[in-house]
Amino acid sequence: MIAQALALTLRLAVTVSLVLLVLGVPLAYWLAFSRKRWKFFVEAVVSLPIVLPPTVLGFYVLVAIGPLSPFGRWYQSLTGHGLAFTFEGLVVGSVLYSLPFAVQPMETTFASIDRKLLDASALLGASRWRTFWRIVLPLGLPGVITGVVLSFAHTLGEFGVVLMIGGNIPGATQTISILIFDQVEALNYAAANRTALLLLAFCFALLATLYGLRRRAAWNVWGWK
Amino acid sequence: MTRPAGEGLSVKIRAGFADEAGSPFSLDVSIVVGLGFTILFGSSGAGKTTLLDCIAGLRAPQNGRVAVGDSILFDSDARVNVPPNRRGVGYLLQSLALFPHMSVANNVQYGISDLTAPERQKRTDEILQAFRIAALAQRRPGELSGGERQRTALARALVMQPRVLLLDEPLTALDAATKSRIVADLRAWNQDHRIPILYVTHQREEVFALGERVIALDHGRVVAEGSPHEVLLRPELETVAQLAGFENILDASFVAAHPEQGTMTCRVGASPLELEVPLVRVDAAKPLRVGIRAGDILVSTAAPTGLSARNIFPGTITALTQRDVMVIATVDCGMSLEVHLTPAACSELHLEKGRKVWLVVKTYSCLVMEGGE
Repeated sequence: MIAQALALTLRLAVTVSLVLLVLGVPLAYWLAFSRKRWKFFVEAVVSLPIVLPPTVLGFYVLVAIGPLSPFGRWYQSLTGHGLAFTFEGLVVGSVLYSLPFAVQPMETTFASIDRKLLDASALLGASRWRTFWRIVLPLGLPGVITGVVLSFAHTLGEFGVVLMIGGNIPGATQTISILIFDQVEALNYAAANRTALLLLAFCFALLATLYGLRRRAAWNVWGWK
Repeated sequence: MTRPAGEGLSVKIRAGFADEAGSPFSLDVSIVVGLGFTILFGSSGAGKTTLLDCIAGLRAPQNGRVAVGDSILFDSDARVNVPPNRRGVGYLLQSLALFPHMSVANNVQYGISDLTAPERQKRTDEILQAFRIAALAQRRPGELSGGERQRTALARALVMQPRVLLLDEPLTALDAATKSRIVADLRAWNQDHRIPILYVTHQREEVFALGERVIALDHGRVVAEGSPHEVLLRPELETVAQLAGFENILDASFVAAHPEQGTMTCRVGASPLELEVPLVRVDAAKPLRVGIRAGDILVSTAAPTGLSARNIFPGTITALTQRDVMVIATVDCGMSLEVHLTPAACSELHLEKGRKVWLVVKTYSCLVMEGGE
């Protein structure tokens, strides 16, 4: 049971961090460089999951993907089943929940890139697209990696959103944190202890590796100052 | 990619901008830059960098026209605004903006990625040779000296064979020897390519070293144009005088003219001091300004006699500071004057703060200008 929940949790975390890599990088780029007046509005929306209780977020996502919402009906007509209490539903909720953890480090590093480098790139004939791939992304890579790793770790440990959206279906939506809750509810403290210890050790190893790499500046492979 | 030689750069700009602090300033400039070096000279805040940004397309003025030969890069009337990546303007930013994560070779190749690999390699090798950085091709910018970084940035801008080259104080931080070697290499390159080069500086020495032609800019306006001597040595405008190193600029009023001697007397500020200066045609009612270079003032520790100089003022040293090989003395003689001395002269005369001295100023060391605002 632990193995099944762990596999599901890892699958969810990998999916969510990949989705956030694809969504987060352009969003962070836009937030870092846009001069639109309503940018603050998007920034506030992106940051909401940091302050909101997961139950609030989970509740709204559940309503939004449920069969009563236009989005839920559209998804149902497309796939033949609803999003709520499925793995896909969990992905949607977790992506929203981890969005600020992915976007903020990316945005911070993009914004710290010297604008003169972007000017220089344009003066050397490069389009914005080329400037992004050759200058912004390589120089912002530490922030992109941090964002992806943080959203991975954050998804590993989430509980409230998963419970609200996914419920507790072994093999489909029962993640490690839900399993621990389940075991404690059943007064099976020994099993809960083993599961909790596993998650604790895994998260600690992940973060230790992340900060260890950063301290050794291993991402700083280009040696700029 | 070789373009026909002989295309000058013409720029007309009339626009308001906000400076880095956010306060507004305006640029009202009409210049033509021929082939070869033209110096754009002005103090900081004169609008030099803004002008270059407009030419390169990093900023768009409200009104203006920028053209190289027949090809129009910007025209506010015709609503033409070629983006910077298609202007073909080489622009060396003041910070150089070398890409820190790329080697010298990759930096230099950045602008010619559309060429075939062998052609790209050939052009890169040639330009690295021309600017003597071939041995550094695999280094990163962080591993280069100041001069090497300048050479890399120049090579990166020139390998694209731009139609115009803009240089924003590129050599200010370098020592004179390094500077002159880089300039020699740049001149050699331009012998073969013949494009307009607009070189921005606020240093007088660079103007004399480089300039065939100088444009002086102040408060967003062209205040003088011509050879370095024409612009810097007989400035008629106070702004240019300040730029050209007249450390002492005094408010004065006309007292009396002595046409038979070619001189006139004027009073400095509210003090009783009278200064004898060359006779110029001025409106007696209008305020004057007198410029005196700090290096043209003599210092004596005893009251001088038997001198030809007409202006001798007793005073007291209020400050002495040493900068490099020069001592800057501030002397209060009813007005405050800055005097430059050699350290040897300073120690032989036992000059120190509080010491009484006499300042000697020749009549023809004084430059008389119409008063300011």
